[in-house]
This record gives sequence, structure tokens and C-alpha cells, in this order.
Amino acid sequence: MSGFTALLARDLRLVWRRPGDVMVVLAFFVVATVLFPLGIGPETNLLARIAAGILWCAALFAALLSLDRLFAADYEDGALDLLLLAPWPLELAALAKCLAHWIVTGLPLAVLAPFMGLLFGLSGEGLAALGLTLLVGTPALSLIGGLAAALTLGARRGGALLALLALPLCVPTLIFGAGAVEAVATGGGFLTHLAILGALALLSLATLPWAIAAALRQAGE
Amino acid sequence: MASLHVLANPARFRRFSQKVLPVLSGATALVLAVGLYLALVESPPDYQQGETVRIMFIHVPSAWLAMAGYALLAGLGAALLVWRHPLAALMARAAAPVGAVFAAVCLLTGSLWGRPMWGTYWVWDARLTSMLLLFFLYLGHIALSRAYDDAERGDRAAAILALVGVINLPVIKFSVDWWNTLHQPASVMKLGGPSIHPAILTPLMVMAAALLLLFVVLVMVRTETEIDRRRLDAAERAQ
Repeated sequence: MSGFTALLARDLRLVWRRPGDVMVVLAFFVVATVLFPLGIGPETNLLARIAAGILWCAALFAALLSLDRLFAADYEDGALDLLLLAPWPLELAALAKCLAHWIVTGLPLAVLAPFMGLLFGLSGEGLAALGLTLLVGTPALSLIGGLAAALTLGARRGGALLALLALPLCVPTLIFGAGAVEAVATGGGFLTHLAILGALALLSLATLPWAIAAALRQAGE
Repeated sequence: MASLHVLANPARFRRFSQKVLPVLSGATALVLAVGLYLALVESPPDYQQGETVRIMFIHVPSAWLAMAGYALLAGLGAALLVWRHPLAALMARAAAPVGAVFAAVCLLTGSLWGRPMWGTYWVWDARLTSMLLLFFLYLGHIALSRAYDDAERGDRAAAILALVGVINLPVIKFSVDWWNTLHQPASVMKLGGPSIHPAILTPLMVMAAALLLLFVVLVMVRTETEIDRRRLDAAERAQ
């Protein structure tokens, strides 16, 4: 486990020393969500109705935006080769990297999103639901994006390719995340949505570290 | 299984396909001609849908082949990752665009049929949406397998993607079904009316057989091309 915590601490320290990288992602999230009312019009009822979908989509894009550097720096400076040679499971390394990504993007997004929800006139329950679903759902996004990042290491057109690979796989998370927030407004089964969202996150947690490790191995060959 | 492993050698596959392809191509042309005749001339127009029902004879087999094609990609991906099956990579590279085209044909014919029947080219129906997402998964596979200067890296990355994708497909299907029932109750049309009459079913099955043969022939021809291309690359690099 010490390797896991060491890798996690290293990644967090790297971000801590250059906080600009995270700030850019959060700023993107804010600006992207603000653009929607400007494009759609300031009608409050309509905005409250579509807020869940917009905020979830923007969070999804923001999480993906920051992913193309997840393994790239380690790949370029050779740290990835050391991880491949290290006498402990590469799956754990993949998990540590994704966890670090979640802590610096998923978590702040889940905290920030309810404040953006205020601008869209979401109800108090809706705001709480939005934060909670993002908290539960974003780990799945980090893991799926982590797989896409590992698959596209060293590829031409890495960034756009990453989005093309990750977005279809993120569809279930998006549906149940945004659906849960909407269920609060329409009085539907919020807990059902949240439970399925949690199940999706756990399914990603149980399967994707192996796929990411396989992708990293073939990148290191 | 043993007989399949014999074909793992690309050269042996080539000899095999050169013997089989003329026969298969002839059979495809024949079955396709019969199927088209049955579908376009022989079968009666539907009492509700009129002549537009004939679109279904292309549409439904395309949907089947698009789904089967992705399963094939996943199987080939597993063969590549587990056994380092040299032919599997080439065949996956050959099969992915064919599967994508069948998915696209399914979507296009579906929307052409939807215009007169439903009054719109597109509805966010669960089936349509999941076929669209399947098409995107194909695009991702094609783009990833061709994104590397080292072709073998692209093959292996795409193989991993195909395996993750095939695990995800049921989840995507399930969530899109759920999403659809949440957002719009069945407003368009539901299957489960009267079961299909033999006059329609026979041409449908013949067309399905014809398109399956076409799929196999296209994949084999394209696999041969991929083998040649890989050899050319190797020869160029050797100089």
C-alpha cells in the first residue's frame, strides 16, 4: 500500500505546486456553464429545467479536458517505465493516478457545481442532489477517462481522440447523474438513480484499473 | 478451434481465402440477387406501411450485422491480447470499418423510413440512440487503431478498447432504455403488434443471409489487403 500512497501523494504534490492546471479546468467549467444561458436565453423556468443536464455535461467535458496529461508526463520523462518495472501491481498505480485526478478535478467540480446551479435557479434539494451525484459519479468519469488517456498515450491527435473514445463510454454515468437531479425536481425515484450511479462507479472501479494497466503495459512495450 | 489456429498464420490465411473467396463471392451475388428480387418484387406491400416496408429488408439485417460486427471485434481483440494471434489484429482492422458502415446504413435507412412513417427523420428512441452510440464506438475503434505510427500499438490499444466496449454495450443499452422511458413515454410505435407474416419473413431472412455473406466477403478481402499492406510496410522499412 505504501507505493499507492506514495504515488498518490506525489501526484497531489505536483498539482499543489502548480495549481494553475486545476484552476484552468474549474474556470473552463464555470465559463462553459455560463455560456448556456447566454445562448439559450434568460428564461428562468427553462434554465431550471435543463440545469441538471447542462451542469453534468459541462462537468464531463471539464473532467475530460484535464485527462490528456494524466499519464503523458510520466510517459515522456520515463516515470512510467519505472512504474512498469516496480515490484507491485500496475493496477494499483493506475488506481492511484485516477484517484489523484478525481481529488483535483471531480471533487472540486462537485463542490463548485451547486454554486453554478444557483445561477440556473435550481431548488435547494436540486443543488444538494447535484453535488451528491457529482460526488458519486465523477470517480467513474476519472476511471473511464483514465483508460482513454492510457490508450491514447503517444498517439497522433491525442486530445480529440481521447474525447471520442471516452464520451460514448460516459453515457450511462451522464444519464443517471443528470437523471437523478431531474428526479428530485419531478418527484421521481432519486435514490434509484443514485444507487445505479453508485453501481456504475463501483463497476468502473472493479474493472477499469485492469484495463488501464493493460493499456499502460502495451504503451510501455 | 484447432482449425482456426491454423489460419492464424497470415500466409496460410491468404492461401485459404484465395481458394474460398471466389466461391463465397459468387454465393453472395446469387443470394443477394434472390433476396433483392424477393424483397423488392415478390413480397407484398404492407397494409399499413405500404412500399416503405421494403426498407426493412436492408435495415434490420444491417442492425444485426452492426451488433455482430462489434462482438467480432471484441473476440478478435481477445484473440490478439491473449494469444498474440497475428491475423486477429489485421482482421479487426479490416472488420471495424465494415461494421461501422453497416451501423451507418442501419441509421440512414431507419431515418429514411422514419420520415414517412413517424413524420420525422430522427426521434430519441432508445434503439436509435443505442445504435448511434454503437456507431461512435466503431469510430473510436477505427480512429484509435490508426492513430499510431507503430501499427501494432494501435492494434493492441484498439483491442483493449473493443473489450471494454463490449462489456459496456449492455450497460449503455440498459441506461438508454431507462433514459428513454424517463424522458418520453412510448409515443411512436412499439413492437409486439402482430408477428411477422411469412411473406415478409422469408425475404428478410434471405436478405440477412445475403448481407452476412457480403460482410464475410468484405472482411476477407480487406484482411488480404491489410496483410499486403503490412508486408509492404515491412519491406519499405527493410530497405
